[in-house]
Amino acid sequence: MTQRIVITGMGIVCPIGHDVETMWDNLLAGRSGAAPTTIFDASTFPTTFGAEVKDYDLSRFINNPKLHEYGNRGSKFVLGASVQACQQAGIDVETDHPSDGIDRERMGIYLGAGEGSVDNDAFFAAIVKGWKNESNQMDWAGWAEVANAKMTPYRELEQEPNLPAGHIALLTGARGETRSCLTACAASTQAVGEAAMMIRHGRVDIMIAGGAHSMIHPLGVTGFNRLTALSTRNESPQTASRPFSATRDGFVLGEGAAIVILESLDSARKRGVPILAEITGFGSSNDAFRVTDMHEEARGAVQAMRAALKDAGVTPDQIDYISSHGTSTTENDSIETLAVKTVFQEYAVKTPISSPKSVFGHLIGATGCAELITCVLAIRDQILPPTMNLHDPDPALDLDYVPNKARKANVNCIMTESFGFGGQNNVLILKQFES
Amino acid sequence: MRSRRVVITGCGAITPLGINVPQTWNALLTGGCGIGKIKAFDPVGFSCKLAGEVGPYKFRDYLPKSYRKAAKLMSRDIELSIIASDEAIKDAGVTTQATDPNHITIQPERTAVQFGAGLISCDLLELAPSVAVSLTDGMFDIHKWGKAGIESLTPIWLLKYLPNMLACHVGIIHDIRGPSNSITCGEVGGHLAIAEAADVISRGSAEMALAGGCEAKVNPIVMIRQCLLKRATSASNDDPEGACRPFAADAAGSVFGEAAGVVVLEELESAQKRKAKIYAEIIGTGSSTNINPVYEHLEADGKGIEIAIKKAMGDAGIMPGDLDLIIPQGTGIPQDDAAEATAITRALGDVVESIPAWPIKSMMSHTGAAAGTLDVIAAIKAISESRIGPPKNCEKKAEGCRLKLTCQDQERPIRHALCCGYTFGGQTAAIVLKKLEGGS
Repeated sequence: MTQRIVITGMGIVCPIGHDVETMWDNLLAGRSGAAPTTIFDASTFPTTFGAEVKDYDLSRFINNPKLHEYGNRGSKFVLGASVQACQQAGIDVETDHPSDGIDRERMGIYLGAGEGSVDNDAFFAAIVKGWKNESNQMDWAGWAEVANAKMTPYRELEQEPNLPAGHIALLTGARGETRSCLTACAASTQAVGEAAMMIRHGRVDIMIAGGAHSMIHPLGVTGFNRLTALSTRNESPQTASRPFSATRDGFVLGEGAAIVILESLDSARKRGVPILAEITGFGSSNDAFRVTDMHEEARGAVQAMRAALKDAGVTPDQIDYISSHGTSTTENDSIETLAVKTVFQEYAVKTPISSPKSVFGHLIGATGCAELITCVLAIRDQILPPTMNLHDPDPALDLDYVPNKARKANVNCIMTESFGFGGQNNVLILKQFES
Repeated sequence: MRSRRVVITGCGAITPLGINVPQTWNALLTGGCGIGKIKAFDPVGFSCKLAGEVGPYKFRDYLPKSYRKAAKLMSRDIELSIIASDEAIKDAGVTTQATDPNHITIQPERTAVQFGAGLISCDLLELAPSVAVSLTDGMFDIHKWGKAGIESLTPIWLLKYLPNMLACHVGIIHDIRGPSNSITCGEVGGHLAIAEAADVISRGSAEMALAGGCEAKVNPIVMIRQCLLKRATSASNDDPEGACRPFAADAAGSVFGEAAGVVVLEELESAQKRKAKIYAEIIGTGSSTNINPVYEHLEADGKGIEIAIKKAMGDAGIMPGDLDLIIPQGTGIPQDDAAEATAITRALGDVVESIPAWPIKSMMSHTGAAAGTLDVIAAIKAISESRIGPPKNCEKKAEGCRLKLTCQDQERPIRHALCCGYTFGGQTAAIVLKKLEGGS
């Protein structure tokens, strides 16, 4: 016997809002979160801007932020997102004696979460001390002297990608199945998908699922810049993320956290909490092509989309809207368009598809769940978020990308897709809940 | 019982004890030790100067010719995962694009690849020259880094260090296109990747899976981190073989190492149809989390492990007394070992005193994300060969530890085995394995 999977809570901390409604208002209005980088001095980098979470105050969400003071940016964001989601779903937080009636051993956590930044000052100072230019060798004693003196245990530990999940356990007391995964840009879609499968097959009743990530740090931006994956439209950060446009030149690096509460329908009914949407399908695949490029016929993307449709028992004509991966890189937007055409055939041009990344940037590990939340809101308000900055359409890309302006529409069933760097693809189907 | 039963039909490993499973297994049976003074870098200045390092290997031998140019995209973690995958696939008796392109027996779209991976730390020797061109008055200058530093780095720098790349490269080499995940749960990733892959097959999303864990922890950044966290022992730098002492009264910390372990999971009927050798069936899995603001250690009663074990035993539908072997995490970190022993005892009850417990890190070292899979491989070898090796460095059991760490009778039938683990950060896992009736 399998369980239906419903969403009963949502929370987000992202560049265009530290709560769901603010994010949604800004997304529908197309108010970008991009601006010159302030987290570190990126003024000489190829890319000098990003979509940062600004003025974030964890004490707005929790009573005891001290308990999480060493948390990396992702950990702190995910705590805020989790509190919002738990409040909406009626789950008590920050207490050893919850009165919400939920069995903590039947409530788990599944995050697609990224690594924390290295401790930059200590990290670079140790290399400077140890490196011997003349011999091209590292004097490890010199390196270790600075590392031992400047690095701190907690800053080091907080670089581990599984720490955000640990913070959520401490916040909520959740003791059910717990996991953290990192399949690059597809991580939180995968986390939600696998968490949903745990509920469907009865391993747990409730999952706190989503993602958290910040790569807006010197080595993160270095890595992406070196791969020429980031937009370098430094003179105009707010128009830089322009998915599906002929003039797109890379993605805009964002950061944040997004959480949904997944629950078995039985559990949600028993607790009497409002149901926001239902997850009906999940598909995962591996491109198995190249770690640097997507398969030119979109093989992996197509396979994941078909697997999700099959899992949900729906056909392309029943999909009212596609929430795209839409990164604003030349390759993704072309291959993704091809994938949609391959799977949707004659329905491809009739199915609106848009990219929230045009507004809040690419939240990397957190992005899939952030986009899932926009899908739930699209169903709630019967409106599609726009693809902003789409003024010079790429003639080769001819789907309905909902350009530049949100649009009223009948939205019942949505596909949301994420394609991870390296080739891991994940797709979810969600629909308006009907008993 | 699962609607579709899942069995293990192949295994591969590259470890401090050997470059394949037979070498590793033989060393485990004879109480060998893979721990020694660190060779990868000069550990002067590190409080722990020991590690479990993999011996020399010829990586090119494991790469198809057509993919050799991709070697420059690979960190050591990725290399190890490719080597162990190669052995696991061959051991399972299946063929792939890489092993026999003219006669491929796996179904690429119906095969999953799921790896536990660590936080791959960058190669400082690769990064340092770029730092060296970014100095002003001998100090790191981010303005210079933004131009000259970045420009001097190899364009593909980031790709080597993304933890999902293990599964991506292995998928490319063998043309495995089904569900794919990278579990980043530190030292319990190897357990959880297997648990999830078993679920993926059980629910029908794949027929077969390559699952495991791989991590190359012998990197100065990782090692200094374990020293700073006081998880690595500083008491035994002159006695590598006696350094890691799981559950022992005289334990003083763990020793970290590098390894990869990979298993082939398969739906029972399809394995039987092709007359595969079956090591064991995965009959139960469970996971949970510790809750402790001191993230580098377990909570004192190991509650998160207890829950994971109970879930796995419930999933398996067996009683504690049915277990013939426990392979615990057993790191040699005294407070964690105490918590783990307490948790196992609470989960299973008094019978723990009569079930052999065989912690293998005293020989293997603590190989992070690889550790759980290596435990599972040890368990399935024990099940299929009906024997275990002697516990090493556990002679003086810590006070209060009720685990049975002395096993006189090392050749004995093993019908059910339990592997359990945990990591800094909280996540825990347990897996119950069963010898298949009628054998094969």
